[in-house]
Amino acid sequence: MKVNSSAAAALMGRKTRGVLPGFGLTLGYTMVYLSLLVLIPISAVFIRSSSGGWAHFWEVVTAPRVLASLRLSFGASLVAASINVVFGLIVSWVLVRYTFPFKRFIDGMVDLPFALPTAVAGIALTALYAPNGWLGAWLKPLGIEVAFTPLGIVVALTFIGMPFVVRTLQPVLEELDREVEQAAASLGASPLQAFCRVIFPALWPALLTGFALAFARAIGEYGSVIFIAGNMPMRSEIAPLLIVAKLEQYDYAGATAIAVVMLVLSFAIMFGINALQNWAASRHGER
Amino acid sequence: MGRLLLIVTALLFLCVFLVLPLLVVFAQALAKGFEVYYLAILAPMAWAAVKLTLLVAAIAVPLNLIFGVAAAWAIAKFNFRGKSALITLIDLPFAVSPVIAGMIFILVFGTHGWFGGYLRAHHIRVVFAVPGIVLATMFVTFPFIARELIPVMQSQGKDDEETALSLGATGWQTFWRVTLPNIRWGLLYGVLLCNARAMGEFGAVSVVAGHIRGVTNTMPLHVEILYNEYNYTAAFAVASLLALLALLTLAGKSILEWRQPELRHAVRRPRDRTRRAYS
Repeated sequence: MKVNSSAAAALMGRKTRGVLPGFGLTLGYTMVYLSLLVLIPISAVFIRSSSGGWAHFWEVVTAPRVLASLRLSFGASLVAASINVVFGLIVSWVLVRYTFPFKRFIDGMVDLPFALPTAVAGIALTALYAPNGWLGAWLKPLGIEVAFTPLGIVVALTFIGMPFVVRTLQPVLEELDREVEQAAASLGASPLQAFCRVIFPALWPALLTGFALAFARAIGEYGSVIFIAGNMPMRSEIAPLLIVAKLEQYDYAGATAIAVVMLVLSFAIMFGINALQNWAASRHGER
Repeated sequence: MGRLLLIVTALLFLCVFLVLPLLVVFAQALAKGFEVYYLAILAPMAWAAVKLTLLVAAIAVPLNLIFGVAAAWAIAKFNFRGKSALITLIDLPFAVSPVIAGMIFILVFGTHGWFGGYLRAHHIRVVFAVPGIVLATMFVTFPFIARELIPVMQSQGKDDEETALSLGATGWQTFWRVTLPNIRWGLLYGVLLCNARAMGEFGAVSVVAGHIRGVTNTMPLHVEILYNEYNYTAAFAVASLLALLALLTLAGKSILEWRQPELRHAVRRPRDRTRRAYS
């Protein structure tokens, strides 16, 4: 009886869009707030950059200094996201599968890069890796310079991107059936074989998603990088910093042109992640 | 053996990338003793920065809270065309570099921007002033609360609300007495994350602020100024306050996740949860 009445309510609800009030008000408010704060201001970038014409846009974007900064931003982000995939996998595996002291505390700390303001992260990493810093003093005799070089940018972007990979992998690892691995082991598979043939196939959509999230965040990152980068044009100047430099010279056409390149790529990555997650979810079905 | 190696590798990585950066902030802040630390924190400019940071968060967080509740109500309780597109658009600010987030408000409200002439004629300053900082912060923290609340409200369905309405409650009564108590932990969770980002945002605010000491300096901007003046102890002293805020946020987050384990997953895989709630 109860089931019937709720089923009837659900049917009626679908027909009349439900008895709940406030649909027009809340959706209207959502659309207005979204348009005023996000959509219209973002459209300003595209409108402003197109006002200079295609030729000018191309001239700005292919200038050697701009190309160098874009290459650096994308290259360093790629390296950092790859480092995060490797160590993120190890960290999330250890957190899900093993028990050790202070595990809960350590698990909570993984979100530190989300919570710590980027400027604080930037000066902290610089102090750490400067030639007289705790880690820099150890690395200097080995001939490794981190602070004020492109390597420093990779370190900062690795810090920023790490939680994305760990937090994407953890729930997938938690759901992974241990019996399948045990079955593989009992059938004579080595741990490495079990990982490559059984675990990795289930894991790679999450690995790719985590990689893409960390990569997308790293491309736009500013605060944690500028302190450690050294900011030498053509060598250690990231694209967001070049936007700031152009804004300070009131070169809006130049700044918006670089911004358009970055926005288009970021949006493409975002839609790619969406498509990937849809595909992975449909592949797995309802578990 | 392999297990020990993995644990040691993971802990070493986390130590280098999480623990050391955090420790170095406090070590540098206290390098010249407690007295210097207190003086740096109590300096008038530092206080002005603390006050502005609190003001900005006090405006941006409640506005995004109202938006988040409205968006979650529309998306979680009703079916309409273009819903998944709307969810993607709400996430858009996460894909925008903080620098671009600041720049867009210069393009709209700056001297050469769309409304530049009007604003100058009426002596209203948005860019290089507090309103610009608030706008940039609102943009950057825009998705936080909505994105926490949508899966929470979706998983709860609308049976409770429909019961309340059928018993004669008005829409507002239903919202205040039924919906709000149901979503309070998710709401708090979103506010916590939104507030941490609002107080800590650097890139976007740095572009719109124009760095006028004591007038348009938030705490992260003040850290940068002190650092660039080679006043490292003072820079790290102010930074240590922000690091404490981050630690408090993480602690609050852990407590809420412990109370409401499903929040953990809401944050990790929002899209998955959304899809599961649809089907």
